[in-house]
Amino acid sequence: MSTADKTRTRPAGTAAADPALPATLRRNAPLVPTDTAAGRSLAAVIAILTFLAGLCAGAAEMVAANATQWQTSVAQEVTIQVRPGPGRSVDADVARAEAIAKGEPGVTQTRVFSKADSERLLEPWLGSGLDLSDLPVPRLIALRWSGDRADLGRLRAKLVEALPGVASLDDHALWLQRLSAAASAFVGVGVGMVVLVLIATGLAVTFATRGAMAGNREVVEVLHFVGAGDDFIAKAFQARFFGLGLRGGGIGAACALLAFALAGLITGATQSGPAGQEIEALFGSFQIGLRGYASIALIGVIASVVTGAVSRITVRRYLA
Amino acid sequence: MKSLLPGAERAVVQFEHVGMRYGLGPEVLSDVSFRIAPRSFQFLTGPSGAGKTTLLRLILLSARPTRGTIAIFGEEVSGISSDKLTGLRRRMGVVFQDFRLLDHLTTYENVALPLRVQGRSEASYRGEVVELLRWVGLGERMHALPPLLSGGEKQRAAIARALIARPDLLLADEPTGNVDPALGRRLLRLFLELNKLGTSVIIATHDFGIMDAVDARRMVLDAGRLRVEE
Repeated sequence: MSTADKTRTRPAGTAAADPALPATLRRNAPLVPTDTAAGRSLAAVIAILTFLAGLCAGAAEMVAANATQWQTSVAQEVTIQVRPGPGRSVDADVARAEAIAKGEPGVTQTRVFSKADSERLLEPWLGSGLDLSDLPVPRLIALRWSGDRADLGRLRAKLVEALPGVASLDDHALWLQRLSAAASAFVGVGVGMVVLVLIATGLAVTFATRGAMAGNREVVEVLHFVGAGDDFIAKAFQARFFGLGLRGGGIGAACALLAFALAGLITGATQSGPAGQEIEALFGSFQIGLRGYASIALIGVIASVVTGAVSRITVRRYLA
Repeated sequence: MKSLLPGAERAVVQFEHVGMRYGLGPEVLSDVSFRIAPRSFQFLTGPSGAGKTTLLRLILLSARPTRGTIAIFGEEVSGISSDKLTGLRRRMGVVFQDFRLLDHLTTYENVALPLRVQGRSEASYRGEVVELLRWVGLGERMHALPPLLSGGEKQRAAIARALIARPDLLLADEPTGNVDPALGRRLLRLFLELNKLGTSVIIATHDFGIMDAVDARRMVLDAGRLRVEE
């Protein structure tokens, strides 16, 4: 500015503080118009995407929590299988195997499945009312185990030594491995879907920002002419889109939280019935825990931040 | 950028052999050279389609010339950085023929816009803006949105917005086109008063009544060529 400017005064006189003026004349209106149909649609898209991401994250969290629970309970149990052999008394073999198991440190409880119990286990496959006395139905001994799984080798060796070809030990290792792999895969897919949904949010915001820039070309031009820099304009758009993102992300995350809370309540209420028990057996408890709720809320926040950041980058690129 | 006249003050705007065409079309401006001195007052006139608006756009740096050089406030503008461009624009005020008020902001907010984008707090400019609005006769309309203003009111709001930041250079495209002759003369007096206080003024107009009222330099554009009548 030249020296002349500094000494210059307003033509109509120097502005004086007017006590009659209201405290503020500005309505804090955003520089970029906000309440357009496109803005509302974008908020709805972000809400839907956040809701889906929240469902994915909650489901992954639920599977992870339930898989850990299943693994812990399954890992504590091992089974001895005693096969009937020609010229052998199954009951004696079972009693001997049980005695060996009971003598092993780490075994806290044993439960012998009687012949009737074993036959009942086969009922779902073979139907009821069959005479299974002619079939060599193996007998099972369930052991509750509290020690290190490495010690199972010693028990297995003792059983093979005492009852060769008759008794075998199943520590469910294969099943546990499969369960663990399945749970990890599910959690991986869940995390992947959350990332994909966030990328989709970013892309939707990019399109919407470019649309808004094109729709507000005149506003941008006027802002440039009155001396607004690119950064100022980018901030104005960012503020608008962050607001939309916050609204969309908030609604989406709230819906997802509500969905899980409702599902938890419904399954909790029907748990006493046979259907509830089936559901619980299949999915475990329908609770996502504090960590699940926190991750859904976090997804809502991340969606808003992504929206603000992407819109700012898009505007800077558009203006460059 | 050196001045054409040794010892003279640095020009506010200087065009040297500037040519401008849109795409592959004919030249809208051909070999235009002129200089706007500090604290000078001039009219830009010529028939419709002669290139007045293009010339104003070049001065406003919203278009780039296809040939020739342009210097604004002594700064050669080819390849100018975005920050410097913003700095130069803050020293200019512009009144558009179609006003370009932002419809979602009130008259007060529109007029305050140049100060708001400078990052000033509302409390620091409130009195100034209200005073100027009262002076141009919009004191009662400061809360109205532009779609509710008459053509003349919009024009006065656009002029107030151009003046509020006390620019070094004022560009006005047909500023008296939508107002009655009495208000037109009043606005002209405002521009002259502003000019006396140090602002260089360029008024693009067809209105001979206004031009005849002031003894000022006339820049006449005809078919893309510029003739200066001192």
